[in-house]
Amino acid sequence: MPDTQADIDREIADISTAVAKAVAGGEPEPEQPLRDYKPYRSTVLRHPHQPLILTEQADTELRGPVFGVTDVTELDRDLTRHGLGEPLGERITLTGRVLDRDGRPVRRQLVEVWQANAAGRYAHHRDQHPAPLDPNFTGTGRCLTDDEGRYSFTTIKPGAYPWRNHLNAWRPAHIHFSIFGTAFAQRLVTQMYFPNDPLFRHDPIFNSVPSEAARQRMIATYDHDLSSPELSLGYRWDIVLDGPSATWMEEGR
Amino acid sequence: MKPTPSQTVGPFFGYALPQAGGGDLAPAGHPDAVVIRGFVYDGAGDPVPDALLEFWQADPSGGLDGQPGSMRRDHVNGSFPGRDGVRFTGFARVATDADGHWAIRTLPPGATGPGRVPYISVCVFARGLLRHLYTRIYFEDSAADPLLASLEPGRRATLVAVAEPGGAHRIDIHLQGDRETVFLEFR
Repeated sequence: MPDTQADIDREIADISTAVAKAVAGGEPEPEQPLRDYKPYRSTVLRHPHQPLILTEQADTELRGPVFGVTDVTELDRDLTRHGLGEPLGERITLTGRVLDRDGRPVRRQLVEVWQANAAGRYAHHRDQHPAPLDPNFTGTGRCLTDDEGRYSFTTIKPGAYPWRNHLNAWRPAHIHFSIFGTAFAQRLVTQMYFPNDPLFRHDPIFNSVPSEAARQRMIATYDHDLSSPELSLGYRWDIVLDGPSATWMEEGR
Repeated sequence: MKPTPSQTVGPFFGYALPQAGGGDLAPAGHPDAVVIRGFVYDGAGDPVPDALLEFWQADPSGGLDGQPGSMRRDHVNGSFPGRDGVRFTGFARVATDADGHWAIRTLPPGATGPGRVPYISVCVFARGLLRHLYTRIYFEDSAADPLLASLEPGRRATLVAVAEPGGAHRIDIHLQGDRETVFLEFR
């Protein structure tokens, strides 16, 4: 018998209760997902059992790769213009700032996105569920942050889609983000969600972040001022990179 | 400020993140180029066919400034033509094959300072990894390196590439289990 949504919901609730109890007992509120999170079945054989080794002496990891105008084209930030015609779906503009933990902008670094189309289908061989591909939408984009750490994309709101974690599993709509900081140790890959999605409470990936306040930091805000008349709806989402406080090159980057 | 939480790279990054020439760090025909390769395994010992690996390293003189051009784009048609074949960017990105295998071709990193032991920093992403994992590739087991020196020999060996007949360097990444790779955190 495959696991049901009720099984997964129960596991999510049990872990949530256990974490809340630990926090009430003085443990710090977790800011990141639990690596060992059984409701998301793929974690079971893929998370390390040994504790991570805290590395006092690092220099390579406190610096990181750089990207430039050779690595992006101006068209890359507009995912609605990568085909011969217009993609189907709800056009959105998405913008925000990339900051470090001290609130400093992460300048001229690479932000990459990828996502399903409006019907919830990825342009990937392994996604064969019965939703249409859109010949005018590949769902990948990239840009460099500006001097204030700002990024922006124009795209299509992705659809929810099914997966096989358990019976009748559906992912809330999301856009995958990959962000580079000035230090390799600030690297972040995450997912941005849309407000008020009814699938949040059923999704083990979203709920792998056990703190409600931390989960809220993965959800974009609808911002009417970012909407364009007769063109697109606007969302704002700021990103704060984790990582060591002692990053090099604090000035001039 | 509180950080944005991490989420898994998922199974569908393959059409977005890996690029042509992503593992070809060394300029074409460079006499010092070395191949580093291996497999990624899960806790059952099965290969991981949907991992994404990133590598970041000093240049041969120990410099950590990096150079753009790791994901060079053709500004005429938007394609990914690969690197320019000249500049050493310090960054590589490859996805594992269906059998869990990966390979990069690079120049050996130089020491970043007096007494420092050179290494390549590695970042591992995969479906099922809710947070990415950092590890390192060393080319020799040296007591001069504080991280290596702090580990017992069995665990230390997971960070050291082994020279193979034919000239490649082999290092496997075990996400879990008896041969679990040493994974790192930084503060």
